[in-house]
Amino acid sequence: MSDHTMQPASEHLLEVKNLTTRFYTEDGVVHAVNGISYTMDEGDTLGVVGESGCGKSVHALSIMRLIPVPPGKIEDGEVIFRGRDLLKLNEDEMRRVRGAEIAMIFQDPMTSLNPVKTIGFQIMEALKLHQGMDNAQARERSAELLDLVGIPEAAQRLDDYPHQFSGGMRQRVMIAMGLSCNPSLLIADEPTTALDVTIQAQIIELVKRLQHQLGMAVIWITHDLGVVAGMAKRVNVMYAGHIIESGPVKLIYSNPRHPYTVGLLGSLPSVGARRAKTLFAIPGEPPDLVGAQKGCPFAPRCTYKVERCPYEMPPIEEIEPGHLVACWERDKVRKPQ
Amino acid sequence: MTIENSIPSEEVHSQEVILKVENLKKYFPIKRGVFRHRVGDVKAVDGVSFNVYKGETLGLVGESGCGKTTTGRTIIRLYEPTEGQVDFQGVDLAKLTGAELRHTRRKIQMIFQDPYASLSPRMSVLGIVGEPMEIHHLVKTPNERKERVAELLEMVGLDPAFMNRFPHEFSGGQRQRIGVARALALNPDMIICDEPISALDVSIQAQVVNLLEELQAKVDLTYIFIAHDLSMVRHISNRVAVMYLGKIVELTDRETLYTNPLHPYTQALLSAVPVPNPEIEEKRQRTILEGDLPSPAHPPVGCNFNTRCPRAFDHCHVEEPPMIEVEPGHFCACHLVQPSK
Repeated sequence: MSDHTMQPASEHLLEVKNLTTRFYTEDGVVHAVNGISYTMDEGDTLGVVGESGCGKSVHALSIMRLIPVPPGKIEDGEVIFRGRDLLKLNEDEMRRVRGAEIAMIFQDPMTSLNPVKTIGFQIMEALKLHQGMDNAQARERSAELLDLVGIPEAAQRLDDYPHQFSGGMRQRVMIAMGLSCNPSLLIADEPTTALDVTIQAQIIELVKRLQHQLGMAVIWITHDLGVVAGMAKRVNVMYAGHIIESGPVKLIYSNPRHPYTVGLLGSLPSVGARRAKTLFAIPGEPPDLVGAQKGCPFAPRCTYKVERCPYEMPPIEEIEPGHLVACWERDKVRKPQ
Repeated sequence: MTIENSIPSEEVHSQEVILKVENLKKYFPIKRGVFRHRVGDVKAVDGVSFNVYKGETLGLVGESGCGKTTTGRTIIRLYEPTEGQVDFQGVDLAKLTGAELRHTRRKIQMIFQDPYASLSPRMSVLGIVGEPMEIHHLVKTPNERKERVAELLEMVGLDPAFMNRFPHEFSGGQRQRIGVARALALNPDMIICDEPISALDVSIQAQVVNLLEELQAKVDLTYIFIAHDLSMVRHISNRVAVMYLGKIVELTDRETLYTNPLHPYTQALLSAVPVPNPEIEEKRQRTILEGDLPSPAHPPVGCNFNTRCPRAFDHCHVEEPPMIEVEPGHFCACHLVQPSK
């Protein structure tokens, strides 16, 4: 797309620096995101993997500035999108970024759509607001968008309500809404978790095709390591609000160097492989993020733990080109076999 | 097809049938209007037959709405079957009533999907795990009950000191362990595991699956493992039945199902599962099914997969394919599949 080529090649599309988000709740301060940094280029696909409560969704909501304030607060950091720090914009300016430049789709396509408005109304709303279209133009464009995401008889279905669509179809509608203003970044927060595998495969193919057609960058947030393997170019593995490992997808899967990543990959049975005797299970439970953390959050569950781990958080450092790991014992950590 | 393929896979299960389900149906009525006239049925389970052998794990897979959970619940009579037989150790569960049913059902227990909804928030762990034993008079004194609960908690990897705590004090994985302890309380022969891990985090899933396997070896249990996660089903099951829209479309041993799936739906389902390996994902050719699952209130005429089947032909829209035994132990219901000689 034309506006993409105007960017100087050296500049990243998105640069997140030391992003820190906390929630001030009655039970204490929840340290949801703890100083994460990464960059993304135009057209990239970044997978963000982690278990529930690891901060992957909060990080995305922080980028979009959709954190409910209070109790949430973005404490620190910068989110530089095309040279502008989104965290410094006022609410009006931010509203022009959301939807128009960065779009987001959510896990549950039922609760993300308004049940008492037609699908057409909901897609047209953004077009009229962001692009100043009149009714007829917006309607025509909405039909095009539904067609683009593979909904048959798109023009007729504009007058249908969300309950007349199946789960997979609703997620397609959400994607159409996300794409309505040609964003250069699409953040997908577990978009296929609520869907069946055959429908999930449809949605993944759709996003891949659209990305190819429209040249947008995608952040795909998921807990499913299989989805990331087929989707992403780079992966950030998150644990307790930290990025603990980051790198090109093939390196993360073939040469994981953080004990958590190794454990996560080991705990999966594979459809493609023969049966292992027992699964490798990471002992213990993910930590509670209430209260200040000290040391590496994975230390209580870690089999590579050394003396300093519970006291000092290891910095995230590059161990081979593009592959970053935050672990004191990273030189010893290896995938089994 | 080679001869090796037709030989049952590495671990040979016993030939003793513990559960025989025959032509099981469960229809939920659709009622309309002021007088709640019955206008149709949701055919959640529509003629399902299979055997479960003693000591094995039978996986039951399919997408949401395919009837796998309803099958499990109808077997154990949480739902009244519309038709069919459930022969468990020589007794037809589908016909029992009252005390007889309760007595027999003791031998089949269930583990539920949602570890938050399936434990009463007002009962302590001691109450939750101990109650079934009291109802069935398996323990005589409070002390005996405590001892037995402590033993069960230890078996599932929980500290017996936690027995006076309440469910909200436990994490999801620990709650599922409590659910397992409750299921074990009556010394069942069979446990129906209804998506026991799908609500849990990836790293915790492996813990629970390992626990289930350990227990199976230790106390000689038979499992029906209901799940939508095909990779986990492959890991835990000896044989797998694939369901679509209330019917079993294919049933065979694990290795054959994954290396030589015959039904187009099984093939598509396997091809849709993402593999956690970027090298494989890059080269994979997927069969992507079009469209959605039809409503079980109005299943298609003929083969019920014909609306989405990439290989459907005229005959599929007319006649429902019968379940045939393609090879010993490999069952498939598809017009394209013929028995091998």
